[in-house]
Amino acid sequence: MRHLAFSALLSGALSVLAVAVAAFEIENHIVVGPEDAPRRLQVISTADADLFAPLLQVFADRQGDLRIDYTVASSTELMRAVTGGAPFDVALSSAMDLQTKLANDGHTRPHRSAATALVPARARWRDHLFAFSQEPAALVISPAAFQGLEVPRTRLDLIRLLRDHEDRFRGRVGTYDVAQSGLGYLFATQDVRASESYWRLTEVMGSLETRLYCCSGDMIEDVSTGRIALAYNVLGSYAAARTDLGDRIEIVEFQDYTTLMLRTAAILRDARNPDAAAAFVDHLIRAAWGAGEMEEYPFPRLPEQGEAVSAALRPIRLGPGLLVHLDALKRQGFLSEWRDAMRR
Amino acid sequence: MSGALAVSGSIRRRLIVQLLLGAAVLAAALVLLVTNLARTVAQETQDSILMASVTSILDTMTVRDGAVSVDLPYAALSMLGNVSEDRVFYRILADGAVLTGYGDLPPPGEGVGRDGGYQTTRYRDAEIRMASARRLLSVAGTPVRVTVSVAQTRDGQARRLAEIRRLGGAIGLGFFALAALLAVVTAQSGLRPLRNLAGAVSRRGPKDLRPVRGPVPQEMAPLVGSLNRFIERLTYSLSRSEDFIAEAAHRVRTPLSTVRTQAEIALRRVERPENRAALKEMIRAIDESSRAAGQLLDHAMVTFRTDHLEREAVDLCGLARDLADRLGPVAELRDIRIALSCDGQPVVQGDAVLIENALRNVLDNAIKYSPRDCAIDIEVGQGRDGAAIRVRDQAGGFPEDELDRMPMRFARGSNAAETVGSGLGLTIAREVLEAHGGRLELSNEGEGACVTLHFPPC
Ligand SMILES: Nc1ncnc2c1ncn2[C@@H]1O[C@H](COP(=O)(O)OP(=O)(O)OP(=O)(O)O)[C@@H](O)[C@H]1O
Ligand SMILES: [Mg+2]
Repeated sequence: MRHLAFSALLSGALSVLAVAVAAFEIENHIVVGPEDAPRRLQVISTADADLFAPLLQVFADRQGDLRIDYTVASSTELMRAVTGGAPFDVALSSAMDLQTKLANDGHTRPHRSAATALVPARARWRDHLFAFSQEPAALVISPAAFQGLEVPRTRLDLIRLLRDHEDRFRGRVGTYDVAQSGLGYLFATQDVRASESYWRLTEVMGSLETRLYCCSGDMIEDVSTGRIALAYNVLGSYAAARTDLGDRIEIVEFQDYTTLMLRTAAILRDARNPDAAAAFVDHLIRAAWGAGEMEEYPFPRLPEQGEAVSAALRPIRLGPGLLVHLDALKRQGFLSEWRDAMRR
Repeated sequence: MSGALAVSGSIRRRLIVQLLLGAAVLAAALVLLVTNLARTVAQETQDSILMASVTSILDTMTVRDGAVSVDLPYAALSMLGNVSEDRVFYRILADGAVLTGYGDLPPPGEGVGRDGGYQTTRYRDAEIRMASARRLLSVAGTPVRVTVSVAQTRDGQARRLAEIRRLGGAIGLGFFALAALLAVVTAQSGLRPLRNLAGAVSRRGPKDLRPVRGPVPQEMAPLVGSLNRFIERLTYSLSRSEDFIAEAAHRVRTPLSTVRTQAEIALRRVERPENRAALKEMIRAIDESSRAAGQLLDHAMVTFRTDHLEREAVDLCGLARDLADRLGPVAELRDIRIALSCDGQPVVQGDAVLIENALRNVLDNAIKYSPRDCAIDIEVGQGRDGAAIRVRDQAGGFPEDELDRMPMRFARGSNAAETVGSGLGLTIAREVLEAHGGRLELSNEGEGACVTLHFPPC
């Protein structure tokens, strides 16, 4: 479901000021709360609307007179929308590097409250970015396709398995198209930093005619139907949310290391309704880091607050380091190397 | 005499104010020094990390396929995130053209070489600190100059500085508070000898004219020396004037008694009533004068003896009995009976001559102011708060409204107009008792006066 929308259209007839319009592609748009409420909150996000709606509903109910416009877009389109001046109040994104760039380049505004103090230091940056989920990059496999095989526990296991059973897995391996997906690129660049084995794995996957995807949802879908046997670097939280798939998929978190992506929220500099935006960000933070567990919170809560629970979990660090891989030359170099390894 | 003293300023206050001013100046200097140092250190820290970042980028710059290439190291930017949460900008130029990064960063300052340079400018509404360095690369034989700049906003630094300034302020304030405390203590203890001296001098009795003997600090030696010399001169001139009064009284008394004798002889011979009256007037005036001279002499003696009080055991009963016996005949002339009652054997430490003199003046009053044919009671007793001699008469008592004035020098009551006297009797009695640490109590009781000589408990 894809629409081409203009930011001016989104802000409705109310906004006479939105002259400079930037075109960007949206995937979905829902409204939560009373349609004709006096106050409006414009949220742009990379998170699926279905997944997020209950949490939005809680907030709208608490506010009473607030209408939330929740627009879903890919992380790169989100970046374009915000830098193009689309009238959003809050940006929620899984692409930590792009969020960091937004904050670094001055598109966000600082926020401090009792709630922000709940966020551990590693999960916020400059009082501008606040993480409200920690989601693993996981391996999703189809148990049917793995009959008689041992489930790999590390990347080396996986490399060995793919090499030993080339015929079985040819054309049945999936991963992100890192040129297309911001999150896929983030996961890949973090893999490169974490271990040498990533390039070897990519080469092996390249030799197996790996299928490339734009999104985690599609990969999960294809694994569940048995179209592919395994998908690498899938967003584990999305896979875990698909309880409807039963045992047609299995989520594997690698024991050598598992990258943890932090989904972050930022209040935009040009927010029209900064107070509601701040309250909304506080709401997200409380859901993620607060004491009581909230049923509507769609992401797995790590059992321990603050530090990562196990040594294998590697949360991606917020900070200027994330800007490095956004550098045009750096990205160009990385992509060409990746294409070489993937044989594209 | 006191009260007219003109007080100008206070040494203690001046000392404290000066010490505090000094402390304030020092504290301010300390705060300034700390914050300046902190600013320099913070600036140098930021500069060195920025330059480390620049160098790490410069080191990865190579020539590949005939073009300048760069592989931005992850650490180059992530290291900046380790120090502060500041925004980070960078730019790489090759021969002036933007290779990558934030193309609109301000140009590097003049004279940036391989060693690099720093500048503080504004970029995107924020103050930034920028480090830049240059290097020459050879591309197909021609030199290409690459310039790397890395910049960082200064919020973190400003926050740290504010923190240090707060800390510095707190330290300065603490320092000042401590110095203030010390200043007060110093002023207090520095002036203690002065206070001690003032206390010692003002605690002295009115008659105590001994020189100051206690050890005094060097600075106060001249003052105390002058004070002692002053006391010495005062003592000398006092004793001289006492001597002079005694001498004068003595010299007046002798010729007076001669004049009185002559006047009485003349009275016997004179018949005419107006002449007799004039002579009687004359005799009375002579009596007054000689009484005054005698009392003045006694008073001088009392003053002298109380200055150097000698204490020995005095049996009050014995003393009172002797005196009553001695004055008995005078009283009997006017049919006045003196009754003495003794309760126990009260003994006091003191000068018997003085005590006797005091009691004599009181008894003398009782006899003198009593009408004919009445009684005087003397009670000697030992109370809880010391021994006492009480003399009661039936002479009508003191004039009620002049009671307080009676023991003053030369004070005479309105009832004394017909009686010869000088107004010194009760003064002598009071001074004697006060010299012994006791007191004289006057009151009226029944038909007459009641005068009590209280001695302190031994
Ligand atoms: N026993 C007394 N009864 C009544 N009045 C008294 C008595 N003793 C003293 N006074 C009054 O107190 C005054 C002061 O007495 P004080 O003995 O000091 O002086 P004085 O008797 O007048 O003279 P002198 O020096 O000769 O004794 C007297 O003038 C008299 O008025
Ligand atoms: Mg008298």
